[in-house]
Amino acid sequence: MNHTILHVDLNNFYASVECLYRPEIRNKPVVVCGDVEARHGIVLAKNYPARALGVKTGEAIWQAKQKCPGLVIVPPDFKKYLRFSKLAREIYADYTDKIEAFGIDEAWMDITGTEEIFGTGPVVADIIRQRLKEELGLTGSVGVSFNKIFAKLGSDMKKPDATTVILAEDFREKVWPLPVGELLYVGPATRRKLANRAIFTIGELAQRDSKDLKLLLGVWGETLWNFANGRDSAPVRLSGENNIIKSVGNSTTTVRDLVNNQDVKLIIYVLAESVAARLRKHGFKCMTVSISIRNNELHLCEKQGKLRAPTFVAGDIATKAMELFKGNYIWDKPIRSIGVRGTDLVTADAHIQIDLFGTVNELGKEALEQTIDNLRKRFGYYSIQRCAMLLDPQLTGFNPKDDHVIHPISYFR
Amino acid sequence: MSKIFIEVTAEHYIDGSIRPLTIKWEDGRVFEIDRVLDVRQAPSLKGGGLGIRYTCRIRNKEIYLFDEEGRWFVNTI
Repeated sequence: MNHTILHVDLNNFYASVECLYRPEIRNKPVVVCGDVEARHGIVLAKNYPARALGVKTGEAIWQAKQKCPGLVIVPPDFKKYLRFSKLAREIYADYTDKIEAFGIDEAWMDITGTEEIFGTGPVVADIIRQRLKEELGLTGSVGVSFNKIFAKLGSDMKKPDATTVILAEDFREKVWPLPVGELLYVGPATRRKLANRAIFTIGELAQRDSKDLKLLLGVWGETLWNFANGRDSAPVRLSGENNIIKSVGNSTTTVRDLVNNQDVKLIIYVLAESVAARLRKHGFKCMTVSISIRNNELHLCEKQGKLRAPTFVAGDIATKAMELFKGNYIWDKPIRSIGVRGTDLVTADAHIQIDLFGTVNELGKEALEQTIDNLRKRFGYYSIQRCAMLLDPQLTGFNPKDDHVIHPISYFR
Repeated sequence: MSKIFIEVTAEHYIDGSIRPLTIKWEDGRVFEIDRVLDVRQAPSLKGGGLGIRYTCRIRNKEIYLFDEEGRWFVNTI
């Protein structure tokens, strides 16, 4: 059966919302930018005047300022963005229950079989764009296609406020001439590898032998080949279904570079506490801990290791994370950001194999952590802290569990 | 063009809907809302913001009255 899938991308989402709230800056170049003092000063979003001057998402704020002197810089307000995201979702929900969010400002919808009720794909896409404009004051670009990959591609092709239709009959003409980097999951590294084989467009990728691509890129090769040929058959998940958690992690860019093991230990404890608290909240324990380290040249490395027993105790996660860190990092460069993640989740009430030679009272530790959760719930996050946190309150003065609400997600789950 | 937040008296019905009855201007004058012509969610393009927009008739003039999550405002010229 031929599916009708829509992908809605809210244009310049953060910047559009901010401009909606401040009409006086609407026609000036605007960027939404993190806190420079806390070293989060990169461009998160920009409006069209800023784009026209060459400002790019992800570049440092001083670079953006150089490009346009009159730049208006707005701090992000995630609460506001979540509200708009939810309201947009409510509009989509009038047409289907198959809505899969992809980040805060994008979503897929499967409207197969509703042509008789609401109209064909492009019609529904136009109605949704109209409603976004009238009810939220935002513009969106919509891709209409027969699979999720091309729907997403379509929403990127014409911006802002436009509908792009890619059909099974014409995707060869519409999609294949595009540069291969436009395809979801073809990043700079993959693009380089493909360029070495003279693959520059999606069409060239599609016409290669999938076995050659598999040799070049591993399993990814086949996946991308399928994408390019319109053979992605991943279903749009039901709106409630997309919350299957596979891992729980937190990361932070610290206020200053970390230069020794103690700095790292402090941060790892803060992150581990957040990870542990979130595991407890969702009723999970993790079997594996992984850490990610980014040095001040933005080079990233990740390591992971298995725990002896599943846990949601912050101390155990932090100890393991620290062990991984000490075993793998050689302090050639200071560290800019660190992440801690618990994976291989099991439900917290599952039966566990108790360590035959263990002496520590595991249940006691768990009860202690739950008590800390309770204290923090009643008296605030900073009401109880590890003593070590006081060694450098500036470095550890953040709450990853509640300060951040937006978690990146993956297409493959 | 900007917006000002104002005090409102309103009736809250059992089904959750709200009908604003009067608005109190900055200088303390109270205006009765003669009729609510339209209710819908909409952005305030002139003043900035998003909420439930009540198109109200007050003394033969139509104005937009916005309820943004419990805070009410109108656009000013």
